[in-house]
Amino acid sequence: MDKKTIQVKSLFRPAIIVPAAVVLVLCLLPQFIKGYPLHTLTLIILYAALGSAWNWLGGFAGQASLAHAVFFGLGAYINSMLQVHFEVNPWVAMLVAMAGVGIISILVGLPVFRLSGPYFSIATIAIGEVVKIIFINWKATGGAVGMYLPIRESSLLNFQFNDKAPYYYIILAFYFVAVSITYWLKNSRSGYYFRAIKEDPQAAKALGINIVQSKLLAMVLSGMMCAMVGSFYVNFTLYIDPDNVFRFMTSVQIALIAVLGGVGSVWGPLIGSVIILLLSEGSRAYLGGIGAGLDFVIYGLMIMLIAIFQPNGIIGAVENYRKKKRLKKRQMQEATDAAKEVGDHGAA
Amino acid sequence: MPQRRWAIMALLELTGVTKRFGGLTAVDNVNLVLNEGEILGLIGPNGAGKTTLFAIIAGYLKPNEGKIVFNGVDITGKETHKIARMGMNRTFQVVKPFSDMNVVENVMVGAMMRNASVKRAREKAMDALEFCGLAHRADYLGRELTVANKKRLEVARALASDPKVLLLDEVMAGLNPSEVRDAVEFIHRIHARGVTLLVIEHVMEVIMPISHRVAVLNYGKKIVDSDPKQAVSDPEVISAYFGSTDEGRGDASC
Repeated sequence: MDKKTIQVKSLFRPAIIVPAAVVLVLCLLPQFIKGYPLHTLTLIILYAALGSAWNWLGGFAGQASLAHAVFFGLGAYINSMLQVHFEVNPWVAMLVAMAGVGIISILVGLPVFRLSGPYFSIATIAIGEVVKIIFINWKATGGAVGMYLPIRESSLLNFQFNDKAPYYYIILAFYFVAVSITYWLKNSRSGYYFRAIKEDPQAAKALGINIVQSKLLAMVLSGMMCAMVGSFYVNFTLYIDPDNVFRFMTSVQIALIAVLGGVGSVWGPLIGSVIILLLSEGSRAYLGGIGAGLDFVIYGLMIMLIAIFQPNGIIGAVENYRKKKRLKKRQMQEATDAAKEVGDHGAA
Repeated sequence: MPQRRWAIMALLELTGVTKRFGGLTAVDNVNLVLNEGEILGLIGPNGAGKTTLFAIIAGYLKPNEGKIVFNGVDITGKETHKIARMGMNRTFQVVKPFSDMNVVENVMVGAMMRNASVKRAREKAMDALEFCGLAHRADYLGRELTVANKKRLEVARALASDPKVLLLDEVMAGLNPSEVRDAVEFIHRIHARGVTLLVIEHVMEVIMPISHRVAVLNYGKKIVDSDPKQAVSDPEVISAYFGSTDEGRGDASC
C-alpha cells in the first residue's frame, strides 16, 4: 500500500475508448459495405453472439459444451414451427423459443452436470447427435427437407426486410445484449461463483456455493441467448433444416470462437468470430469445391496451436503480456521487502 | 487453570458417527462434542481418520451410521454448501486456492456468501486479508503465493463468510518453525474474534498449547478426549504415536 497506483478516472481510459470505438465502427459499417460482405459481417456478429453465450458456460463456469448448436437450432425450430403452424408473430415466437430452450437446458443440464471435464463435453456431443436424428425423422418439422418460412411484407414487426442492413442492426443489438450480460457476469456474484466453480468445485462448495444451481444458471442464460440468435437466423435465411442448424461442426465453431478469442473475456468472441468466419467464408469463396473442408483442417491446426501455445486465447495473450510487466515490478518489490525483513530481525 | 466455558452450549455434536470404505472402517463410532467458544484439537497419527471425519462433518461424505447436529439442527447428510451457509466452514489439508483468481477475488467469493453486493464483498474481503496479514498480496494470483500464504488465504476466505465454527485441517503442516509460531498466534487471534475452532493437527507440540481440549483418534476410534496435559501422558496415546514398547518405534512427528 506504500505505492497506490493512481487511476485516472477519465473518459479517455483504454478500457472505455477501445470498446466505444469498436461499437461505433460496428454501427457505421453498413454505410460502407453492402451485399455479400455485409452478409458475412452479419454472420460474424451472429457467431460472436453465440461465442459470447458459450463463454458464460464454457469460459466462466468451465463447462466446455459441444452442443451449443442444439440450443441455437432448437431456438430456430421452435420459432419457425410457431410461425408456420400457428402464424405467431416472429418476435413473440422468439420469446417463446427462448423460454422453451431455457426449460430444455435445465432438463438437459440436470443429468449432464453430474459429469465433469471431458465426460461432460462428450455427453453434450451425444445430445447434439440425438437431437439431430429426432429432427431428421420428425414429420411436423419437415423432416430432413426442413421448412420454409412464409414471406411477409418488409417491416420490423414482421422481422423481414428487403434490405440486408436492418438484419445486421438487429443481430448487432442482440450481440450487444450478449456483451452486456458478459460485463454483468464479470462484475457480479454469479460471475465470481462461476469462476470459483471452474477453478475448484470442492473449495467452491465449502464457501456456500450451490454448484448445480450456478451451473444451471450458466446453462440457461447461455441456452436462451443461443435461442434468441437462432430465432434471428431463421428469420434471416427464411429456411431451416436439421443439417443446417444442428451441425456438429457449428458447435465446434462456437466453442473455438470463444476459446480462440479468449476464455472468459468480453470482446474475445468477436475477435475469434472475425478470424473463424473469414477463414471459413474465405476458403469457401476462393477454393470452392476443391477446398471444401479445408477450413476444418485449419480449425484442427488452430485447436492444437491454441492448446499448446496460448490456452487463454488472443485476449489472454494481451493480458499475459501485461501480467509479465507487473510481475517484474513485483519481484523488485519482494526483494526490497525481504531486505527490510532481514533488517528488522537484525534489530530484534 | 481458568474455568473453561464448556457445557454452555454444544455447538456441534457427533453421535456414533461411522464411515466405512469397503472393508476399511475409517471412522468408527465416534462421539464428539464441540462447545461454543472453545478450541478443540483433533489429533492422531497419520491415517487415523481425522480428515475423513472433517469431510463427514462438512458434508463431503455421508456417514454410514451416526448423527451430526450443528447449532441445534440435524445436518447428517446435508449438502456442503448448505452447511457452509449455516455457519460452518473449513479449510483443506491440501490447499485449494482459486489459482487463476487474485487474492482479493478469492476472498471475495467467501465474503459473497453473506454479501450479494460485489462492492461490499470487496470491502469485507480486504478486512479479512488485513486480519490475516495478506493485504499486501491482494493483487497476487492464488497460485503465486507461498504455501504458508496459501494456507492463510484459505483461512481468510473462510473467515470472510463470518463462520460460527471453523474447521482447520492441518494449517501448520509444511510450515517452518517461525511460520508455525506465527500460525499459533494467528489461531489465537481467530479465536478472539469469537470463532469456535476445531483444529486437526498431527504434530503434538503445536496443538497442545492452543487447544482447550483434545480428542485423539487412532484407527478411526476416539481413544481419548481430555485436557491436553492428560492426553499426552495417556498410555494409549503414547502407544498410538510411538508404538507399543516391544515394537520400539518412534516416529511421532512425521
